[in-house]
Amino acid sequence: MLDAAESYVTADGRTIGGVVMEMKNITLRFGGVVAIKDISFDIREGEIRAIIGPNGAGKSSMLNVISGFYVPQEGEVWFRGEKRPPMRPYEVARHGIARTFQNIALFDGMSVLDNVMTGRLNYMKSNMFQQAFWKGRAEKEEVENREVVERIIDFLEIQAIRKTPVARLPYGLKKRVELARALAAEPKLLLLDEPMAGMNVEEKEDMSRFILDVNDEFGTTIALIEHDMGVVMDLSDRVVVMDYGKKIGDGTPDEVRNNQDVIDAYLGVAHD
Amino acid sequence: MPDQLIFAMEVTLNGLMAGVLYALVALGFVLIYKASGIFNYAQGVMALFAAMTLVGIMQGQVPFSHLINAVFGGHVTHFGWTVPSVLAILLTVGVMVVLAWLVQVLVMKHLVGQEPIILFMATIGLAYFLEGVADLMWGSEIKTLDVGLPQGINLWIDESTFNLFGYGFFIDNLDIVATGIAALLVTGLVLFSQYTKQGRAMRAVADDHQAALSVGISLNFIWVLVWSVAGFVALVAGIMWGTKSGVQFSLSLIALKALPVLMLGGFTSIPGAIVGGLIIGVGEKLFEFLVGPMVGGATENWFAYVLALLFLVFRPQGLFGEKIIERV
Repeated sequence: MLDAAESYVTADGRTIGGVVMEMKNITLRFGGVVAIKDISFDIREGEIRAIIGPNGAGKSSMLNVISGFYVPQEGEVWFRGEKRPPMRPYEVARHGIARTFQNIALFDGMSVLDNVMTGRLNYMKSNMFQQAFWKGRAEKEEVENREVVERIIDFLEIQAIRKTPVARLPYGLKKRVELARALAAEPKLLLLDEPMAGMNVEEKEDMSRFILDVNDEFGTTIALIEHDMGVVMDLSDRVVVMDYGKKIGDGTPDEVRNNQDVIDAYLGVAHD
Repeated sequence: MPDQLIFAMEVTLNGLMAGVLYALVALGFVLIYKASGIFNYAQGVMALFAAMTLVGIMQGQVPFSHLINAVFGGHVTHFGWTVPSVLAILLTVGVMVVLAWLVQVLVMKHLVGQEPIILFMATIGLAYFLEGVADLMWGSEIKTLDVGLPQGINLWIDESTFNLFGYGFFIDNLDIVATGIAALLVTGLVLFSQYTKQGRAMRAVADDHQAALSVGISLNFIWVLVWSVAGFVALVAGIMWGTKSGVQFSLSLIALKALPVLMLGGFTSIPGAIVGGLIIGVGEKLFEFLVGPMVGGATENWFAYVLALLFLVFRPQGLFGEKIIERV
């Protein structure tokens, strides 16, 4: 087992730092249904951490716990060395955790550019009147924020659709815009809820490339949920495997692949 | 120039002015609809409530005096002071913000993520509740509202048109002021919703609650803001209408006149609300002038609704509304 504070270098030369987020004994119940049962794992700085598992395993619930949409009944969430009190989702976002959604959640009435700009809302400190009349701090701020946003737009290769209302975009591009918006917040931790769901092979390859590039270029820590085992094994540094709300495996893709419990869960064995 | 044409010109001008007042009410609807996806049935009653509160504060009326007298058997009605109009308007803005906060905490907060129709029903409830509260708080008698806006015939227009056509146009000063105020209000609202952080957040919330939360927008704050802005617009409309025709309960019915305006202009467009208001204003005045005498008059009562009906049949999204395209 690695020391929590120790950093190491991966085979492809990326540096993985100490623990950024630690989930300790999380239990989440909906009435009588236990969605997550006593799960602990950590996420290290700079790594791509995957959460996998069959349908109904509690993966999305786990992501919603991290991003504050659900509050667990038991357990502690530690973020950047501090125990996090129960927070509202918007407060979690302001603390540097950005996310995308399984069923795309974009602002349909706005252009791609405006959508991505909303990711910068919490970086604007000038007051309402400065912004309305484009005076003082507001002007400088807007220029700075636009620079960040344009860089992300370039990076994700969506320059051509900058001014298009998002409602008109095809599915694959919408997913990319959602990623751009999350990145615009310059998050300490980026959560991706099934970033490849419903995509064809080509779109999946594009998305995988972007996820790797984002991690590499911006050093963003990423936690993602995915169904597609092949994709997960190629992308991630470490994998948590869940089944029926319990953790059944945790480790590098190779370790997880050879774990008997994981094989059972995926291939199907009678639960006793 | 023939008399008929000159009359028609005067009627058109008056129609434009009336249209501005319709647009003012319609704006309140559009604003809330764009920002929260809710059709706020209570907008008209909010205008009434704002106007009554303003008069009440200016005259130093004791709120809920009937109730207090009935319970404790006193005869208090007034504090015995009067408040200058500027201060009273500021205080009323404060009251509308408190109202916005109450609406959020007591009603809207519990309906997050519900169907639009449920939210709409809630605003109907709110309308009746607010009407009752307004009655209980300030009494039901008709009051005059005078915040110092100029009223009466504009002599300059009267004179210059008299010199030009040999007939002086009657244009009310109040209508001219209303036009100016409406222009200011719209400019302000557009700047606010397009360029400020809060405005952007407001539009974001209207589109998707979850996504808004995920970029760090507090729904609670934005909704209080939306209802406050709607309250402010209601106050402006209430002042204009209240000055024109007195503060009375029929004021809440101006909301009905705003409906055809919205159907013409589209529920999602600020310019639409203005153009729609102007078309209805001019349309009903001209129609009354040209066709009215042939059918026995009183066309102003139904013209707007028939026009709206035609629009519903041939162009349901209105002149400026977004065309609704569903992907299948």
